[in-house]
Amino acid sequence: MTEHSNQLSNFHGGLKLSGHKTMSITSPISQAKIPAKVIIPLHQHIGDSGELLVKTGDKVLKGQPLTQPTSYVSAPVHASTSGTITEITEHKIPHPSGLSAACVVIETDGKDEWIELTPVKNYQQLDATDLRNIIRHAGIVGLGGAAFPTAVKLNPGPTHTIETVIFNGAECEPYITCDDMLMRERADEIISGIQISLHVLNSDNGIIAIESNKPEAIGALKQAIKKNNTTNIKVISIPALYPTGGEKQLIKVITGKEVPSNGLPADIGAVVQNVGTMAAIHQAIHFGKPLISRIVTITGKGVKKPQNLDTLIGTPMSELISQCGGYKENADHLVMGGPMMGFTLTTDQLPIIKGCNCLLVESSDDQQTQRRVMPCIRCGECARVCPATLLPQQLYWYASSKNFDKVQDYHLFDCIECGCCAYVCPSQIPLVQYYRFAKTEIWNLERDRQKSDHARIRHDFRQTRLEKEKQEREERLRKKKEMLAKKKQENPETADKDPKQAAIEAALARVKEKKEQAGINPKNVENLTEAQQKLIEEADSRRQQSKVE
Amino acid sequence: MSILIAVITLALIAGIFGIILGYASIKFHVEGDPVVDKIDALLPQTQCGQCTYAGCRPYAEAIANGEAEINQCPPGGETTILALADLLGVEAKPLNDEHGEEKAIATVAIIDEQVCIGCTLCIQACPVDAILGAAKQMHTVIEDECTGCELCVPPCPVDCIDMVPLKETLETWKWPLPDDAHTAPRT
Repeated sequence: MTEHSNQLSNFHGGLKLSGHKTMSITSPISQAKIPAKVIIPLHQHIGDSGELLVKTGDKVLKGQPLTQPTSYVSAPVHASTSGTITEITEHKIPHPSGLSAACVVIETDGKDEWIELTPVKNYQQLDATDLRNIIRHAGIVGLGGAAFPTAVKLNPGPTHTIETVIFNGAECEPYITCDDMLMRERADEIISGIQISLHVLNSDNGIIAIESNKPEAIGALKQAIKKNNTTNIKVISIPALYPTGGEKQLIKVITGKEVPSNGLPADIGAVVQNVGTMAAIHQAIHFGKPLISRIVTITGKGVKKPQNLDTLIGTPMSELISQCGGYKENADHLVMGGPMMGFTLTTDQLPIIKGCNCLLVESSDDQQTQRRVMPCIRCGECARVCPATLLPQQLYWYASSKNFDKVQDYHLFDCIECGCCAYVCPSQIPLVQYYRFAKTEIWNLERDRQKSDHARIRHDFRQTRLEKEKQEREERLRKKKEMLAKKKQENPETADKDPKQAAIEAALARVKEKKEQAGINPKNVENLTEAQQKLIEEADSRRQQSKVE
Repeated sequence: MSILIAVITLALIAGIFGIILGYASIKFHVEGDPVVDKIDALLPQTQCGQCTYAGCRPYAEAIANGEAEINQCPPGGETTILALADLLGVEAKPLNDEHGEEKAIATVAIIDEQVCIGCTLCIQACPVDAILGAAKQMHTVIEDECTGCELCVPPCPVDCIDMVPLKETLETWKWPLPDDAHTAPRT
């Protein structure tokens, strides 16, 4: 359990930021009150939404699944407390767009009654697939903020061998302290979750990476390791440099290797998991509890009593703020996430979701609120601090002129939106906003392209179908005509006549033929007198005449 | 004598190259006109006919033949014009107003099912088979397939088709361009 800081590498750029972390760690983690109603968005993760399992009026227990995953990259959501579902409706969710999405609204009954739980007694006897399945159905997603389904991340696939498993306790962004507090207070749970993850990944060793400015957390974890006689987990203290907690940056620091552009950590044999996620895995396996709560840091200069609250998913943000003593008079705006990567919310009537690690109330005297944007002077400071070794200036120019091909040539999608470039920009240009703008525009263009390709296929199909129908019609007409022509050839006399007349004549001819065949001839024509014979001949000649006429 | 050798040598070389070129032109023969495909790939495929051609592909053919300008496609708007200008190496120009205006928000057709009399005229007009129904049966638009071309609107005898803006979802939402975009130098 020695520190290996001498073997660590550096990533490019980065910033030394003042932490502002002390304000929210003066008191231990408190339990947030059960609100009168919880609002649980059905889609809180990266990937597809689950399929709804409940309906309005249903009574639900704490931990009861509300949705089930529909595809591989999907996660269910669970009732975070017991109560009655009053509505399944569109409700505003914490998202930069301020849009609404489908949510289950539960009126809580205050009993907080758990559904029957099925803990795993001895997880080592289960194979990785079963464990992943439990983790998947517990709705566990990355709690560092990205909310990517953990079960998927714990399955690097047969083509990748995982050599380095890193547990991310860096928490490099200013103000946020939820992982720090978790590591201090629940180190045992984290270690237990790590053991399960290592078992699932079939890896022997794990590394917990913590920024050196969190000695209490490092101490707590080391103590927990000692207490459990663990030998396969190391705690490494890494230099406090923003954004060292970024997945790719952390891998670089620990292994010295860089994740390739457009690649995944698994491509270079690494997996990174957040420490909070580990505690959630511990709860899911050892107690059978799904992910229904998380620790949220409520902090900032605009809130009276900053602290960390263990919060039920779906609790309205306003309730948390009031539990922290409410807003100060200088409170200016509410941010979800930290000051560097978070986004501003327009209201506090929003539910806490799985990916919400921090609520930051910025005050009117925070520097961020007083931006005065000036033209770029090409100082190059942004490129110096970029932890992804990009050229933020170039990206800014191409993004602002909507040159989306060029902006991708400069690897826009390797940008992790850490905000270092915007932070150091002497012209105070909101650079990250330009990159976010360009990213969503490019995604939309891609969607439009797919849609137009689809429309082309359907249009072509329709054209082919219409053409085919036309040909078939022509074919039918042609065949009919051919048949008529054939008939005409076979029977040239009748063909010219009216078909009705022809049919009558044909019938008469048939009768005549039949008569002849049956030998129907006039009777009593033997031994006639001369007078009789004369009469017959006269009659015949009359008949003949009438026929001619 | 030496001049004869030179003439024969050159004739031989010419013959050999002729055979190679002749073979290559058969072996590497390109079917159709690839430029038309490339242009067609950039068009939005609404098949609306606002460009005065019968669909996107005929318009692509017309552009390739130099009969049509690149600024006749309102659904594609500025993006398509820029992409076409880039592809064809010509100067981009603003959208020609005669063909219509670029819509700020994409729309889809919605049939008022209470009013629909089931005449099938809209079904016949739809270029992408996005309308479902049969004679004297109610019709409906398959929203995901609708390109918003508006071709179904004029034939409806009871005027029951409306074009409604596509609802913005979390997937389609876009970050806005920051207000101070004017500070950026043009590239």
